[in-house]
Amino acid sequence: MALDPQALARVAHLARLHLDPTDSAALTDRLNSILDMVNQLQDANVGDVAPMAHPMDVAQTLRADVVTEGDIRAIVQPLAPATEDGCYLVPRVIE
Amino acid sequence: MSWETVIGLEIHVQLSTQSKIFSGSSTAFGAEPNSQASLVDLAMPGTLPVTNLEAIRKAVKFGLAIDAQIAKRSVFERKNYFYPDLPKGYQTTQLAEPIVGAGAVEIQLEDGTRKTVRIHHAHLEEDAGKSLHEAFFDENGHGMTGIDLNRAGTPLIEIVTEPDMRSAEEAVAFARKLHSLVTSIGICDGHMAQGSMRFDVNVSVRKKGDDTLGTRTETKNLNSFKFMEAAIKLEVERQIDLIEDGGKVVQETRLYNGDTHTARSMRSKEDANDYRYFPCPDLLPVIITDEDIEALRAELPELPDARQARFIDQYGLSDYDAGILAGDRAVADYFEAVVTASGDAKLSANWVTGDVAARLNAADIGIDQCPVSAVHLGQMIQRILDGTISSKIAKQVFDACWNGEGSPDQVIEARGLKQMSDSGELEKIIDQVIHDNTAQAEAFRAADEGKQKKMFGFFVGQVMKLTQGKANPQQVNALLQERLK
Repeated sequence: MALDPQALARVAHLARLHLDPTDSAALTDRLNSILDMVNQLQDANVGDVAPMAHPMDVAQTLRADVVTEGDIRAIVQPLAPATEDGCYLVPRVIE
Repeated sequence: MSWETVIGLEIHVQLSTQSKIFSGSSTAFGAEPNSQASLVDLAMPGTLPVTNLEAIRKAVKFGLAIDAQIAKRSVFERKNYFYPDLPKGYQTTQLAEPIVGAGAVEIQLEDGTRKTVRIHHAHLEEDAGKSLHEAFFDENGHGMTGIDLNRAGTPLIEIVTEPDMRSAEEAVAFARKLHSLVTSIGICDGHMAQGSMRFDVNVSVRKKGDDTLGTRTETKNLNSFKFMEAAIKLEVERQIDLIEDGGKVVQETRLYNGDTHTARSMRSKEDANDYRYFPCPDLLPVIITDEDIEALRAELPELPDARQARFIDQYGLSDYDAGILAGDRAVADYFEAVVTASGDAKLSANWVTGDVAARLNAADIGIDQCPVSAVHLGQMIQRILDGTISSKIAKQVFDACWNGEGSPDQVIEARGLKQMSDSGELEKIIDQVIHDNTAQAEAFRAADEGKQKKMFGFFVGQVMKLTQGKANPQQVNALLQERLK
């Protein structure tokens, strides 16, 4: 699998990263060399290995269904750039 | 040209847990904005999710109720996209290894035919926050969106059906059945207006007889059966018109507005399918044992279909009445309590599906808030059965009980509604009616049998008037027949 500049631009857009177009060619090369390295994994024979969901071979510990968290709005909301009526404000996201 | 509609559904069902799926915040509806958003829900750096056991249990119960395979190992993944109602930048959900595998739900259509809708799978995930688009502006007057993260992290199961439904009516029948199922097994409160169940409908059309599916559109977030039916019909019509005019259906997400009965394209989703899912490194696989599954199976109450069958069998109810009563667990419980108190299943069914349902509907409340308790309704039915009151007077008694005037016996006593069963007293009244209406009585005696039948009602009416409806109708008929000979 190799990245071309269009694919790079698309991934950058999905990740909401701004890329300078002049860096595109160099970045594509560097990312491709990383992908080449990862690609070596394809040589491993994993035919009878179950897909791994987590590097630790243990199961999820579950918690009881109890409310343990209270209202921290007054503490955390001052961190936000804009709030009103208890809501966090962001630029309008629909037309 | 004859067209066939093909419908598949995705249903978000909020699980009725006390706390969120990955944090200890409350899930109660209607709290002050952001007062139930913890550091985990806000995606503060360094916080880690801890999975709620009850969410897992409720998801497994759903799987058992639809006869699905339960995954003994299921894995949470990250579905990556940016939207302000999801502060982490991803939704924690399941993709490759969902907790509930393929199952099936049987639906019954209005004409009584039954049909099976296959469930592809159901997975656990977290709900997003709420975006409020109308009320907020910055200092330059530019529109802002308000974000309330109280809902973020509420546990959901997303149920995905196969495209097995062929009309809006079938889709609604399925939706109602699912509502009945999840509320009956106690995994969801079923409050549609509060968003506890939200439906996305995938609709396509094809020429009758075609094997391949047409291009589908998805109409999102319908939260009432009425809107769902209307939205599907509107979309089917749009697609057929489009194709017949030489156009093509484009795969897109659409938004339906129930107030204006219109729909519009929400967004073209060229990037939408690139969510770059990967297993969430913060969460370990959830392991469920056979013992866990059997313990949960034992906790399941009688399911609506089984209860309907039992009501027909045990109480001799019609398929229709049994279906209505068994479809809602609270209604079914109430009905059975009325039967216990009254001893008569058919009269109990008539009252619960008739007057009780109508009054609840008019007051827009659920049966759990019914002012007339099952025990009182049962007592009232007993009074009909033992002849204390007539069915007609019973409606008065019911209204009085509804308005808080006490138990049926208290109401009957206080309002003097006891049926006249003293035949001596009744005979006096009947004699008086005949005496006061000599001309009519003479005419009656002279008339032939056919005419008599019509005239008889007049005398019954007069007796009822004088007794204020408290006379026993059978007794009045018998005595009148005798006296008018």
